Amino acid sequence: MGMGGMSTRKDSPAAVEANGVSKIFGDGSDKVVALDDVSVTIKQNEFFTLLGPSGCGKTTLLRLIAGFDHPNNGNILLEGDDISGLPPYQRQVNTVFQNYALFPHMTVAGNIAFGLEMLDKPRNEIDATVANMLKLVRMEELRDRQTSQISGGQQQRVALARALAPHPKVLLLDEPLSALDLKLRKEMQIELKRLQNETGITFIFVTHDQEEALTMSDRIAVMSNGNILQIGSPREIYDHPAERFVANFIGETNFLTADLVLAKNKAGKIKLSSGKTIAATLPDNHAANGKVTAVVRPEHARIVKPGTSAALEGRLDNIVYFGTDTHYHVKLGAEGDFIVRMQNSRDDAGKFAAGSKVGIAIDSNAAQVLRD
Amino acid sequence: MTELSNSAQTPTLRRPFSVRTQPGFATIAMVCFFLLYAPLLPLVVYSFNSGTSIAFWEGFSFRWYVAAWDNEFVQDATIRSVVVATSASFTATCLATMAALGTTRTRPYRGLTAIYAMINQPLMVPEIVTAVALLILFATIKAVTNYHGLAYLIIAHTAFCIPFAYMPIRARLEGMDLSLETAAADLYATPWKTFRRVTLPLVWPGVLAGLMLAFVISLDDVVITEFVKSAGQDTLPTYMLGQLRRAITPEVHAISTVLLAVSVAMVTIFFFLNRKMQ
Repeated sequence: MGMGGMSTRKDSPAAVEANGVSKIFGDGSDKVVALDDVSVTIKQNEFFTLLGPSGCGKTTLLRLIAGFDHPNNGNILLEGDDISGLPPYQRQVNTVFQNYALFPHMTVAGNIAFGLEMLDKPRNEIDATVANMLKLVRMEELRDRQTSQISGGQQQRVALARALAPHPKVLLLDEPLSALDLKLRKEMQIELKRLQNETGITFIFVTHDQEEALTMSDRIAVMSNGNILQIGSPREIYDHPAERFVANFIGETNFLTADLVLAKNKAGKIKLSSGKTIAATLPDNHAANGKVTAVVRPEHARIVKPGTSAALEGRLDNIVYFGTDTHYHVKLGAEGDFIVRMQNSRDDAGKFAAGSKVGIAIDSNAAQVLRD
Repeated sequence: MTELSNSAQTPTLRRPFSVRTQPGFATIAMVCFFLLYAPLLPLVVYSFNSGTSIAFWEGFSFRWYVAAWDNEFVQDATIRSVVVATSASFTATCLATMAALGTTRTRPYRGLTAIYAMINQPLMVPEIVTAVALLILFATIKAVTNYHGLAYLIIAHTAFCIPFAYMPIRARLEGMDLSLETAAADLYATPWKTFRRVTLPLVWPGVLAGLMLAFVISLDDVVITEFVKSAGQDTLPTYMLGQLRRAITPEVHAISTVLLAVSVAMVTIFFFLNRKMQ
């Protein structure tokens, strides 16, 4: 573990670096470990998402970066400088709060100007920035409204503009879309992505919504019980979950027990219960052999006729038609159900009948071995 | 047994308990209002009496208002009352605001309950006890310093005004969304600027309410003032009390009516101010 202060100063240091950060609330029997020795590096200009169920520590990590709480252990660097000891008002990071926390005694423009006023910027600069921000979030015509007189979606935009106006090094977003309805949420997802591109500011986004995380993020950190389980691009996280929790939390997954028969760096071969051997991706530093659990996404498998190309065989229990695709529930015997999702085409109606014996072909490199 | 009698026996839909639906509610309310306000009516009416009696109506006049206005004892006592009430309510409101911040904007600490009790102590302890204690304390100080000014009255009034100013300010602070102050800190506001720009504007109606309440309480005080004041330091209420010992004239009615008008005006102003800020 790196000692604080000795961070290497490169031309472009990481936007945020957390080193061995722990946060414990309460003491004695009420002790709650909210963060357990967490380390993470967030790059410049990145849309980085902390994803996990409530109570996983994602908001705690965000509050430690903002300075609302202080870690019991470890340190946090902002562009290479240790900010662990600084109060929130001395950190060049701004937050979009879950409930927006707009100042009710100020207008829309007054809210946006607040951070700049606190930084003692000259009035003409403040006015210009406020005008820019109002334009950026498309709220020009509402600049003199009280914040109680605008809708939830508009409040959300004001909260964003207010946090972006001082041009922070990092923007922290604490489940900002959770209070919006579905349609508005979809719009704001695109809007947030656009704002991040246009401003070039590093975004750290906290959410429990896996779809939100997959669609918006450059990288995702999946958290559970105060730990970061896996960090990667949405595709890496989805296609190659390293842990059971990650595989379960994001999307639908089939779990298979298998024997690892060959391991060469991250490439391996596993022997399935059917006796067939298929290629599989291994997590880092995995043991060379033994019993393993592998996961296969439903859309990475196909229903085929029983025979040589099938990795698994079973009885087709149920066919659920979804319009664009169809879900096939195959009973594998001892291992339970395996779900296959196949895109529909015009000529495959009635190809397989419920109750018949079918085979399952697994795409090459679709199987991922879990760490546990 | 018919269906009809059956349905008559089943209880009707249970409404939530409301005191307004209880028998006698209207009567009791009317009696309470009558007892509160009826005695004020003759007071106001007889303040406009042209005669010297407080029981026989002899005609309408502003005579007693003019008499009170011209009475230099009344002038003197009025000025003193206003000076004491203004100084005491301002000081008490500042202290109460600090106390309210200290009891709502900190992590819970040991002794917090004891501090609540201490702030509210003047509400619990009989006024006469405080009065005697202050009399003894101030007598000692007077003997040592030989200072006999108005400061004693102001200090005494400040002390018993604090809990009255504290209550509305604390209520307002507790009702405030804490994330607003967090957001201000996030937007580079130092604790002082957060207080000036966010906390204070939002608790301002509470502070005003506290100030007005403290002002009225101070203006009204008799017991502590009577004990603490030096010779010739009558406030309006103690002057009126003194007058009652002699022949009572409608002049006292006139002064009381003005005091009543002032407090009604303050409550009304506060009500509209508060509504405008919501």
